[in-house]
Amino acid sequence: MKSRKNYLPYAIMLTPGLVWLFFISILPMFGIVMAFQDYNPGLGIFGSDWVGMDVFKYMLTLSDSKQIFINTVVIALGKIAGNLFIPLVFAILLNEMRLMGLKKSIQTIVYLPYFVSWIILAGILQDLLGYTGPVNMIIKTLGGDPQMFLGKSEWFRQIIVISDVWKNFGYNAIIYLAALTGINPALYEAAAIDGAGRFQRMWHITLPGIAVTVVLILVLSMGSILNAGFDQVYNLYNPLVYSTGDIIDTWVYRTGLLSLQFSLATAVGLLKSAVGFILITIGYGIAYKYANYRIF
Amino acid sequence: MSIKKEKSDTRTSIAYLDKGFGSRLFDIFNIILLSLVALSCILPIWYTLCVSLSQKSYAAAGLVTLWPRGFNLTSYTRIMEDTLFWKSFLTSIERVFLGTLVSIGAITLMAYPLSKSNREFPARNVIMWTVIFCMLFNGGTVPWFVTMKSLHLNNTIWGLVLGTSLPMFHVILMMNFIRNIPKDLEEAAVVDGAGPWYLLFKIVIPVSKPVIATIILFNAVFHWNEFFNGLVLMSKAEDYPLQTYIQQLVVVLNTASMSEDQYKILSELSNQTLNAAKLFIAVIPVMVIYPMLQKYFITGITLGSVKE
Repeated sequence: MKSRKNYLPYAIMLTPGLVWLFFISILPMFGIVMAFQDYNPGLGIFGSDWVGMDVFKYMLTLSDSKQIFINTVVIALGKIAGNLFIPLVFAILLNEMRLMGLKKSIQTIVYLPYFVSWIILAGILQDLLGYTGPVNMIIKTLGGDPQMFLGKSEWFRQIIVISDVWKNFGYNAIIYLAALTGINPALYEAAAIDGAGRFQRMWHITLPGIAVTVVLILVLSMGSILNAGFDQVYNLYNPLVYSTGDIIDTWVYRTGLLSLQFSLATAVGLLKSAVGFILITIGYGIAYKYANYRIF
Repeated sequence: MSIKKEKSDTRTSIAYLDKGFGSRLFDIFNIILLSLVALSCILPIWYTLCVSLSQKSYAAAGLVTLWPRGFNLTSYTRIMEDTLFWKSFLTSIERVFLGTLVSIGAITLMAYPLSKSNREFPARNVIMWTVIFCMLFNGGTVPWFVTMKSLHLNNTIWGLVLGTSLPMFHVILMMNFIRNIPKDLEEAAVVDGAGPWYLLFKIVIPVSKPVIATIILFNAVFHWNEFFNGLVLMSKAEDYPLQTYIQQLVVVLNTASMSEDQYKILSELSNQTLNAAKLFIAVIPVMVIYPMLQKYFITGITLGSVKE
């Protein structure tokens, strides 16, 4: 405090990160103007013609756009619900486990799928759900007809949601398990002495003890309502299930980078980013106001 | 940690009150259920290993379940000769090293100044909001791709290393961790005349080991698992990282326009045992790394995130 502060070291420390952020995050934001142009890669952003809102108008006339929007929201909502509820149940049950060694091993094992890529898991799922895979073998043994699970549009959303919840529940349970250790043990003791059984304690102490965390996670996850998970869907879908499984991200990829309709894909991507941004900002706002939650 | 310990002690101390039949039944049910749940997390990978070690015809007929049938190592010897596979494998290793190094360097250097209050470092809040904005909003896939091309980051390993922007969430994670370090540690050194570089490298980094280990783990796994950048930035298959190679040669069935029957035939034709071996090899590094860092990532995440 005596000498004049020298901020140069701080500026130098920030440089690598800020340069990276500028080139890969901020610069592409200017590319958004492509959504208002008839973008031609040969002419570039500065040479292409301006068309105003024409691209957005054209987008609304496409039958695809309504379908990919519905698919995205349905899949994302399913994931939000599953990823909230299943880890919660798992955490509460694990918290009741009294064999400490087993508890630890289970916890280690259930993190594994979270760290495995969707590429690998999609490869494994295609095998498991394939026509001669184990799932169909079980169905056959039970007297049912084998199903081409990943080729049927009526199964696709369920497979996506269930496999996503399965992949992430162990990891998602960490936050609940941390909240559970914060509950005052004296409460359990007092309740037990007063004659409360285990279910009564789970219901009246454990659940209220982590209710705030549950609501917090719900509010924060609303921002991902247009995020159905590109990696997962892209590696599991095929044209047979486009009607229920094609989501905004996969459509943008095919339209923009494969069919080279840059302006259209940019416009749809922009809508998605904007809606996501607004929702997540509202979510953080609510979380800050009611739960005093701040990310920094 | 101390809370956790205290609690488990209490649990055992009240366990004597839970000797009823219902409680015991619940314990048994709970043990069985959670064990099955845990099994479900390793069985798919175990199954893949079994398929990779089985004879092709058994696998194709769906006769392999939880043990290899017609045990043989043909798939693995065939992979040994697959130069494209090992080239991708090396590309991925290189990417993991460079990517993790660049990330942890940029994250650490950035988290320290941002952990200062706006009074100590007046530009702090402006930069913080910029970072938050970039975390919540992005230009979308197409503008990103056009930018990457104009920066000539396609067809080079640096596209894979830098193509996903600064991991901003990890900057915040680390910044929150640093803010929880007792202030007296730094203040004592400042009295002795230490500057920011000394404080960062001699005081902050040594006590931030848990969060640094966590961030290294997450970035290494991210770079190992990422396939999209490899897919769109690399135009030649021999430049693909491993996940992109697997995605292109194993996962994607070329299904442009086909019926359900064709799809069925195609998926039966694919070389199941060889593919399973490739999937299994690609998952080994992840299985080796994550249990070692488990104790770090739990403390790293819970300490770095929600502050109440």
